[in-house]
Amino acid sequence: MSLHELTAHALHEKLKAREISAQELTEAVYERIAEVEPHVKGYLTLTKDIALEQASRADAGFQNGDEMPPLAGIPIAIKDVICTKGVRTTCGSKILENFVPPYNATVMTKLHEQGIVMVGKTNMDEFAMGSSTENSAYQITHNPWDLKAIPGGSSGGSAAVVAANTAICSLGSDTGGSIRQPAALCGVVGMKPTYGRVSRYGLVAFASSLDQIGPFTKDVTDCALLLNAICGSDAMDATSVDVPVPDFTQALINDVEGLKIGVPKEYFTPALDTEIADSVYAAIAVLEGLGATVEEVSLPHTEYAIATYYIIAPAEASANLARYDGVRYGYRTENPEALISMYKKTRSEGFGEEVKRRIMLGTFALSAGYQDAYYKKAQKVRTLIKSDFDAAFEKVDVIATPTSPTPAFKIGERTADPLQMYLSDVMTTPASHAGLPGISLPCGLVKSGLPIGLQLLGAPFAEENVLRVAYTFEQNTEHHRQKPQIQTNGDV
Amino acid sequence: MATITVDGVRHVANLARLEFNDEETAQFTEQLARILEYIGKLNELETDDVPPTSHIHPHQIFILGSEEGARHVAKQDTVKPSYPIEEVLANAPEPEDGYFGVPRVVDRG
Repeated sequence: MSLHELTAHALHEKLKAREISAQELTEAVYERIAEVEPHVKGYLTLTKDIALEQASRADAGFQNGDEMPPLAGIPIAIKDVICTKGVRTTCGSKILENFVPPYNATVMTKLHEQGIVMVGKTNMDEFAMGSSTENSAYQITHNPWDLKAIPGGSSGGSAAVVAANTAICSLGSDTGGSIRQPAALCGVVGMKPTYGRVSRYGLVAFASSLDQIGPFTKDVTDCALLLNAICGSDAMDATSVDVPVPDFTQALINDVEGLKIGVPKEYFTPALDTEIADSVYAAIAVLEGLGATVEEVSLPHTEYAIATYYIIAPAEASANLARYDGVRYGYRTENPEALISMYKKTRSEGFGEEVKRRIMLGTFALSAGYQDAYYKKAQKVRTLIKSDFDAAFEKVDVIATPTSPTPAFKIGERTADPLQMYLSDVMTTPASHAGLPGISLPCGLVKSGLPIGLQLLGAPFAEENVLRVAYTFEQNTEHHRQKPQIQTNGDV
Repeated sequence: MATITVDGVRHVANLARLEFNDEETAQFTEQLARILEYIGKLNELETDDVPPTSHIHPHQIFILGSEEGARHVAKQDTVKPSYPIEEVLANAPEPEDGYFGVPRVVDRG
């Protein structure tokens, strides 16, 4: 296999044994980028100069025989919603086209302490609002499995670059499914940790009570390694939780004997693609065959999760995005006449349509006379959704569902109908409301050749259960070995 | 739950400091009305006695008086250096004499 095809843990062994250098590895990844990136378009910014410098620093450490962290010298891509000191961070928006953060997000500080190689910043739906990455103000990212299909969203760039081997792994962010859904649609592993596990400092805020950073990787082992690197409480984020962070690699146990897996009947509706349902049921049967106990559970408020989400997330977004007013950073309208009209013109020219739609929806839901009927109502239903999960986790250790009701859809297929696009998140938003850890991992392909994701959810801070079940499934199946053949002969 | 009218969209746009032409206003009215109609399904649920969830780990930010809450929330009130003014102003559209420049808001009289 070529270097860019390998996992971080396999590459670490080669780096440690000095079979390869981080420099060679980095060059291999940029060669791969030169080959397929014009077709995939997963990156908004490439940081090759920084990457090569970081690679040579890692090489110096390996040559010295230093004890090097597992991610030292590993080429990693970063979603463009995470602040990178000195490197443009656009959030996929024209309003931040020239924004260069003066500081690093806490996750970046942690990754740099590990000695990673930063490949570049990945494309995304503007301000992480979307399920297809088509809402980027810059470019459409193409699914490596079918270049005419979307990669999912909002972290579509971060998912696509891992699937395309133009990064070894990446970071994304998940508010209502923005890591898990694109991971499923691109056939890679993606995990949203428990809300509060990872510092949000330097993650540009969308919906603060839901946003969480997490990894995209080629396998579950790499997922555990990235979690080890990024988790932990942080004085700079009052919502990060001060609980001990385990060594997540200790959860990579190839055994599910005695674990209880719940299957929520509400997720297997007629709207679910039958090939996906079959594949997920088959995956659950594999786990049962390996010794897990499988039982049906009920999450009765599942059908209300989308309606709840599309009040809470836009409401929080409308407050968070008030900061983009053309005063302190970002775009400002040309020749502003007065302050208020400057705000209005700056925002109307700088934001894309979906962002404006959500700001409008959120502002309405918080406006005088409607706040109780909408925002407070949604917060109450959020309690009911969370209570469903609390009750289910009294009985089971992990909940297994499909990640997405359909495989990747075609570019342009759902852009005309915002509500149809919102319903793409039906399998992922419930766990977001409850702040749960959730992983999506490959569990097969539909007949047309597109990947299917298995979603595994755990109780708050029970990432280890999720990783153990995911690892066991991966070790006993071959789905994660299926890779896309990118059609590089077509039009760019 | 109420629906939203063209006038309602104009009012909300002003609150959100956004502006739309007539065509955009009509489109947003139609789309928001459809989304709000879907959201209306929440009214199927009786929630009078259900407490709202604003944060998934509420003990952390709301019970400041408790020992546990304090452990999570309170940090030492120590003076730390701020970012240099040049760095902070580097992203500003119109920095002026160490300040953020904006259009005049007060008449000279």
